Amino acid sequence: MSILINADTRLLVQGITGREGAFHSEAMLEYGTRIVAGVTPGKGGQTALDGRVPVFNTVVEAVAATGANASCIFVPAAFAPDAMLEAADGGLPLVFCITEGIPALDMLKVYWVLRDQGVRLVGPNCPGATSPGQAKVGIIPGNIHAEGSVGLVSRSGTLTYEVVQAMTDAGIGQSTCIGIGGDPIVGSSFIDILTLFNEDPMTDAIVMIGEIGGDEEEKAAAYIAREVRKPMAAFIAGRTAPPGRRMGHAGAIISGGAGTAESKRAALESAGVHVADSPSHIPALLREAGVR
Amino acid sequence: MKLQEHRSKEILAAHGVPLLAGEVATTPAEARNAAQKIGGEVVVKAQVLVGGRGKAGGVKLAADPDEAEQRAREILGLDIKGITVRTVLVAPAADIAAEYYLGLILDRAAKAITVIASAEGGVEIEETAKTNPDAILRLPLHPLLGLQDHDTRRVFYFLGLPAELRKAFASVMGGLYASFVESDADLAEINPLAVTTGGELLALDAKIVLDDSALYRHPDLEAMRDLNEEEQSEIEARAAGISFIKLDGDIGCMVNGAGLAMTTMDLVKLAGGEPANFLDIGGGAKAERVASAFKIILSDPHVKAILVNIFGGITRGDEVARGIVEARSTLEREVPMVVRIVGTNSEEAKPILAQAQLITADSLDDAAARAVAAASGVAT
Repeated sequence: MSILINADTRLLVQGITGREGAFHSEAMLEYGTRIVAGVTPGKGGQTALDGRVPVFNTVVEAVAATGANASCIFVPAAFAPDAMLEAADGGLPLVFCITEGIPALDMLKVYWVLRDQGVRLVGPNCPGATSPGQAKVGIIPGNIHAEGSVGLVSRSGTLTYEVVQAMTDAGIGQSTCIGIGGDPIVGSSFIDILTLFNEDPMTDAIVMIGEIGGDEEEKAAAYIAREVRKPMAAFIAGRTAPPGRRMGHAGAIISGGAGTAESKRAALESAGVHVADSPSHIPALLREAGVR
Repeated sequence: MKLQEHRSKEILAAHGVPLLAGEVATTPAEARNAAQKIGGEVVVKAQVLVGGRGKAGGVKLAADPDEAEQRAREILGLDIKGITVRTVLVAPAADIAAEYYLGLILDRAAKAITVIASAEGGVEIEETAKTNPDAILRLPLHPLLGLQDHDTRRVFYFLGLPAELRKAFASVMGGLYASFVESDADLAEINPLAVTTGGELLALDAKIVLDDSALYRHPDLEAMRDLNEEEQSEIEARAAGISFIKLDGDIGCMVNGAGLAMTTMDLVKLAGGEPANFLDIGGGAKAERVASAFKIILSDPHVKAILVNIFGGITRGDEVARGIVEARSTLEREVPMVVRIVGTNSEEAKPILAQAQLITADSLDDAAARAVAAASGVAT
């Protein structure tokens, strides 16, 4: 089992004919994801990926014709907010936005509108999600995964791959791996995803990868202490980051003494989470916590 | 991107916030002319983006044009926290009766634009938050409707401003909000917002920080960037599409992905070394960008070794390997390089790296240890 995406996911890709959209859609198909439709305004009636996916002008048309139930967005930053709103208006209950560099004030509005419509948004500026052996949505390389029962949630991209690879190499498979994105305003928080993993009967343990900035990790720690009874391991990136500087991700900035790696680590440890010094230590911590 | 005080004031004034704009000067003579034009007592203020310029002697009063010229001579060229002052703002001096703090922030926790207000103005709000948190109002605005009249009234009565200033305060609050939204800011603050002895409400100092992701739709604001206050290497990196921050250590880092780049720095430190920089070459990096990254890293004379850590996803390992080998032959300076490439096409990368006789590593921990050893001159 898994959370959010599985073998029954019928995926629609917005921006499927763009360079990034086409490249990653090909990789998703290869992994076994059921991509049922693509949307590119002006290219309705055509097909993408060597005739394997029909393309529509609008999300509404694509959903009506194919029964898509999730969307993955590769649209450039200037048009991505509108693409997210279109996905929600089209009735899709689950939207992944991969696009990076979306202005924060645009995201504020999109966040609240999608929330009011009951749509689950993952991202933006996220790598997507993989439920190994079933489906992958986004840009996470498929070959790093193994099927298993450890859930992983992360704010990062390549750092997630690093941890997943370490787990797979150590013989620890994953139920689902999700990147929630590194922007200040993202649709799904750590707590949203931890709640799903906590309730998923096929997820036995959880790995959380955080980074400096904001207080999402601290809030997650409070939730973990209260609700989560599954073993957990974590890693926090940015112990050596200087204050006041944006470390690549718009969200990764230590401001006014808040958002440091130390404060996040302390909060997680007091919630009973095993925190690693290096991503490579995660598998050993999981074993210690009882993961077979 | 942070804007200088005079730029921030330009934006606020354009949106109806009452203030005494003044003029900028880059020479003592210009400061004199500005003071002459303004007439009366002026204040000469260093235009730097770091805090604490008053304490550093960067803000001084001048009674007349002669004195303004003298004060500008003292301030121009002054070193404030590593930044050389190149511009001063000459503005009319104000007789202050009371000082307040008024700011707007992009509040990631509340997912809203939030008003921060305090009757304890003139000090940094972080300081007030520590010493007297009850003196601060945090008011998240409706994310879709924005600032409403009742929000403005709530802030006005919280601050306890004189009743006759209600209308003036509405133009300050409204102007600050419009400035924030229309320039896509992360932060816009007026500190102090002053009531003068003459009963006027004035923004005496202002700071606006822009959302970097929104700069593409504000070319006019992008043009306000102060290159004087940025590291040359950081300016070059931005032009090359590389995310780079200079640090104080001696191990250069080249990584794909922000989270992994921070982790690489952390592991260098854990292995007993000090990272010289944060560098994310971005997704799908090709040979050309790799070459630019090396050039930027090596422009720092303290760098004694370079650690390359690439987890191929979109980025193809063999392309990065070829980029490294190509770039190395053009570099002005030779330092030991430890290269770790995993993920997409990492097998194809191996013979390329082996042929070039680069130090390689399979795990990140091992790569960090080898880089630290190489920087301290130990053979690996």
